[in-house]
Amino acid sequence: MYILNITFNEKPYFKGNLIIYSMFPLGFYPYIIGGIIIGVGVSIIYIATGLHATQSSFFDTTLSFFSKRPYFLQKQYLDSRGWRLTFALGVLLGAFLYTITLATEGFFTTSVEWWRLAIGGFLVGFGTRLSKGCTSGHGISGLASLSTTSLFAVITFITVGILTALFVQNLGVLP
Amino acid sequence: MKIKHVIVFIGGIFFGFGLAFGGMAKQEIVLSFLQLKDLGLLLLLGGSAAVTAVTINVIPKILKKPVLGGVFKKRKRTLTQRTIIGAIIFGVGWGLSGLCPGSAMASLGVGNLPSLIGIGGMFLGAYIMGRYFT
Repeated sequence: MYILNITFNEKPYFKGNLIIYSMFPLGFYPYIIGGIIIGVGVSIIYIATGLHATQSSFFDTTLSFFSKRPYFLQKQYLDSRGWRLTFALGVLLGAFLYTITLATEGFFTTSVEWWRLAIGGFLVGFGTRLSKGCTSGHGISGLASLSTTSLFAVITFITVGILTALFVQNLGVLP
Repeated sequence: MKIKHVIVFIGGIFFGFGLAFGGMAKQEIVLSFLQLKDLGLLLLLGGSAAVTAVTINVIPKILKKPVLGGVFKKRKRTLTQRTIIGAIIFGVGWGLSGLCPGSAMASLGVGNLPSLIGIGGMFLGAYIMGRYFT
């Protein structure tokens, strides 16, 4: 693996079990602990305000600052654009704090080519707004709300994501 | 600045810290999941959804309303063609770029500046959706 700067992962306790090890080469801990921290963040916001802290609506609500189209100026977007922007900035700062405290390798820059980020980003923006949810909206809040709609969405985007990534990899485009 | 925004900001810090801790701020980690080399991100999703599920389903039975007032919002989504078609398009973009909306914001925090290109694409995609497909 090219990236090993996740902490708590020096000696996976399941060392020796090759099947599990091959499915989780970086171990369990960074993922489970990371997931719990994310869940705590969502929970703090829900307990204090009753809001579902999700990410992709941020694009629509932020566009309402710039666009005069009625779709972007709907009341729920105008009402939520302030806290959604605040949340997004918090996410950015949280990742920064992790990097300057626990990350062993420090800052990171991807080697994924710009055209993949541009085209992929466009499809992510379009698709998540059409579907009304992303990995956090359908994935975390939706599944946590026991929504079958979100379950179908999650199964769909993970399956399609896997097929796409394998296809791109088989074309010889790396990483 | 309202206290509500302070709490949302703090919650966001946890959210971003957890994403970075779990590796999602790195496209390479996301792609290694989608290429089935490392299934760890299922644990990240499961862990975060499990903690959130306890909160969403238990807290409203204990508290009448959120601590800062208001109501506990229910997440209502109806399954339509748009849900699934949108998820398919999102999946293609995710598999191509290794970016999703939350991880893109977090990746800026780890200094992963090429993700700005992805975020620009996301705003454009969201704009085209809202402008022409509603």
